[in-house]
Amino acid sequence: MDTYTDTRVDTHTDTRTDTYSVFAPNLMNQVENFAQGHRACQGCAEALAVRHVLKALGDDIVIGNATGCMEIVSSPLPLTAWRVPWIHVAFENAAAVASGMAAGLKVLRRKGRIPDKRVISIGMAGDGGTSDIGLQALSGALERQHEDFIYVCFDNEAYMNTGIQRSSSTPFGATTTTSPSGKKSQGQSTWKKDMPKIAAAHNIPYVATACSSYPFDLQEKIRKAVDSGGPAYIHCLSVCPTGWRIPSHLSIKYGKLAVQTGIFPLYEVEDGVYRMKKKNAKRRPVTEYFKGQGRFRHLTEDDIQSIQERVDAEYEKLLKLTEM
Amino acid sequence: MSNRIGMEVSLMVSEAVKQAKVDVIAAYPITPQTHIVEHLSELVADGELDAEYICVESEHSAMSACCGSSAVGARTYTATASQGLQLMSEVLYAAAPMRLPIVLTVANRTLSAPLTIWNDHSDIMANRDCGWIMVFVEDGQEDYDQTICAFRIAEDRRVLLPVIVNMDGFILSHVIEPYVPVGQEEVDGFLPPYDPLYTMHPDNPVTMGAFAMPELFTETKKAHEVALHESYNVICEIWEEWGKLTGRTYTPVEEYRTDDADTVFVTMGSFSGVVMETVDEMRENGINVGLVKIRLFRPFPVDDVISTLRKFKNVLVIDRTLSLGSIGGPLAVEIKSVMYNADAKPNIFDFIAGLSGRDVPPDQIAGIYHTAMDALKMGRWENYYMVGLRE
Amino acid sequence: MAKPMEEYTWRDLTVGNVVDEPGNSISYKTGDWKSQQPVFDESKCIRCAVCWNFCPDMAIYQKKDGYFSADLEYCKGCGICAQQCPSGCISMQEEVS
Repeated sequence: MDTYTDTRVDTHTDTRTDTYSVFAPNLMNQVENFAQGHRACQGCAEALAVRHVLKALGDDIVIGNATGCMEIVSSPLPLTAWRVPWIHVAFENAAAVASGMAAGLKVLRRKGRIPDKRVISIGMAGDGGTSDIGLQALSGALERQHEDFIYVCFDNEAYMNTGIQRSSSTPFGATTTTSPSGKKSQGQSTWKKDMPKIAAAHNIPYVATACSSYPFDLQEKIRKAVDSGGPAYIHCLSVCPTGWRIPSHLSIKYGKLAVQTGIFPLYEVEDGVYRMKKKNAKRRPVTEYFKGQGRFRHLTEDDIQSIQERVDAEYEKLLKLTEM
Repeated sequence: MSNRIGMEVSLMVSEAVKQAKVDVIAAYPITPQTHIVEHLSELVADGELDAEYICVESEHSAMSACCGSSAVGARTYTATASQGLQLMSEVLYAAAPMRLPIVLTVANRTLSAPLTIWNDHSDIMANRDCGWIMVFVEDGQEDYDQTICAFRIAEDRRVLLPVIVNMDGFILSHVIEPYVPVGQEEVDGFLPPYDPLYTMHPDNPVTMGAFAMPELFTETKKAHEVALHESYNVICEIWEEWGKLTGRTYTPVEEYRTDDADTVFVTMGSFSGVVMETVDEMRENGINVGLVKIRLFRPFPVDDVISTLRKFKNVLVIDRTLSLGSIGGPLAVEIKSVMYNADAKPNIFDFIAGLSGRDVPPDQIAGIYHTAMDALKMGRWENYYMVGLRE
Repeated sequence: MAKPMEEYTWRDLTVGNVVDEPGNSISYKTGDWKSQQPVFDESKCIRCAVCWNFCPDMAIYQKKDGYFSADLEYCKGCGICAQQCPSGCISMQEEVS
């Protein structure tokens, strides 16, 4: 067993909560609206992310979920893992379905046909359903500035549900079943699509990146998204032990390393202003993140060095944005 | 009753949607449907219709948003045509088994390629198995009537299925016709507010669109199929009620001057106008032909088609699209299939006409009759004939 | 509660195949997926709830005495709790039937 336990010495997030100096359950919603019996893989950090997102959202929501891992593991007829209203229609349209729900709830509330209370419409999808096939529907929904509308991308960095094919959100160098490493390939040959900045470019009130390895930070950002009135976009890195080829018990560790190396920085864009809670000057080297992940096993030291340079450059660019 | 008013047929549809007091419209522009949703957006902008109008970025998202709004219990409408219907196609197949009572007007237009904006039925026929109720209207008055009826049918607890009202693009959508509107009070009496069986609301959480394993999928399809077929009786009942209210009664299959006819034309949609005109002319010339109109295409009115067509010697089906690689047009293929089980079998001819809006004047309709009679004399005929084709 | 899927006739299905029992997935016990199970040494436990917080399967619960335990009917044996426990009170051990 890996002995990496740095939960108490995590220097990246400076919230009291994510360092667990206080008793965690008292600080969050005790209700589990994502039920036991869901069929996510062992150690699925996306299931964990869904659990915490729902805790932060509370009961007064409706969810439109894209086809994908979360849809399949949570809704094998006649069973459902959802204790909140949930609908799945297709792969590329979670944002459109959620915008239809938002419009429907708005008009029915106005006409007095449903109780006069705020209900948030949530669109959720994986990285393929967001940054690839669902990008058009998402862009449309964000551009229309729906109120009480939040979209959450659970990014596990490939099409995991169909067997680990690359998406535009797969990181450079990762081997997948459609970006395999080989004699003439080092795996994924393109840099991860910067979906949060694309979302931010729609001039919506709130955009944030998050990771289920930092559940309190994730929950806080979800609550900010709710408070922003919408539309809001949360991009949540969701470690996939199956697709990343890591042991199931290391999901949380690798999520933290993604953040601590600066590969997946946590930041917010509030009304166009970039903010980072903790600027991470002393980042861990990316090699710590790559080590032990089967999808990066083939990378050479040169590959890793060039990725390190790119990660540093991207991080500096992000820092500059937070200083503007 | 109200007075007759002249109006573009697309606007009649919008007026019907307004009188149905829809809650949500999610639409994307495409010719020749655009006038419908343009007028609806004006009605919303002017406060004449209290609805949310979502300007979606594609037809796929239009139907997806419709699914979302219908699922929360809102009365939902959209319109499209051609390529737009094809882009919706995936979601059409999701909406029906989820039993979301959305109403969709299709201003029928040809599918590309070659690109063309004019009318035929290739768009809807490409989606004929999507499990929606499908009606074809012949004129503006019927379009108005059927649009209001569509909401009532779709939302009936015994039905709960989405409905497509097919109107021929341009031929109907862009012409000005007279119609008699129905008073708002009468519409309200006929069409109460939507009272959904299940809705997406936190006060009573449900899961919609769960996935089915092979152990259960077959049962879900049977349930959908039975619901679609059982909607037939409700549709007839609602059309009869509309008839009592307005004096205009609709039936799934309708006959025109067939009493003493050996030979009948069979049409769907606006073709019936020119065919009725031709039938009248031919009868003046001593040829006793008639017309059978198929109004309800899904569920296909099997018993009505058999009991009607078994009476005739020759059935001349006029299809407005070709089922490529099959044996003709989809309507004729379906009729031939249905008549296989009839105790008396007419000769069935198939004519493909009016592709991409090509004009089909009365003399060509009469020509259809003569082509069939010549073939009969020779004792053999083709699977289908393309009307007006330059060889 | 829902029946096993192979017992449904088409007439048993709800309209639109709606599932109207929220969270009825609890009838599906994922506990038999595991080969290892978490074992808690309460003498080391500081009751910080990290195990509870990071469980993707909602399989950790707090007992009345304030200590934590795993609901073995649902625990898939992923080992996250043991890996994340800051006081090292959880160990993954071969499942005992």
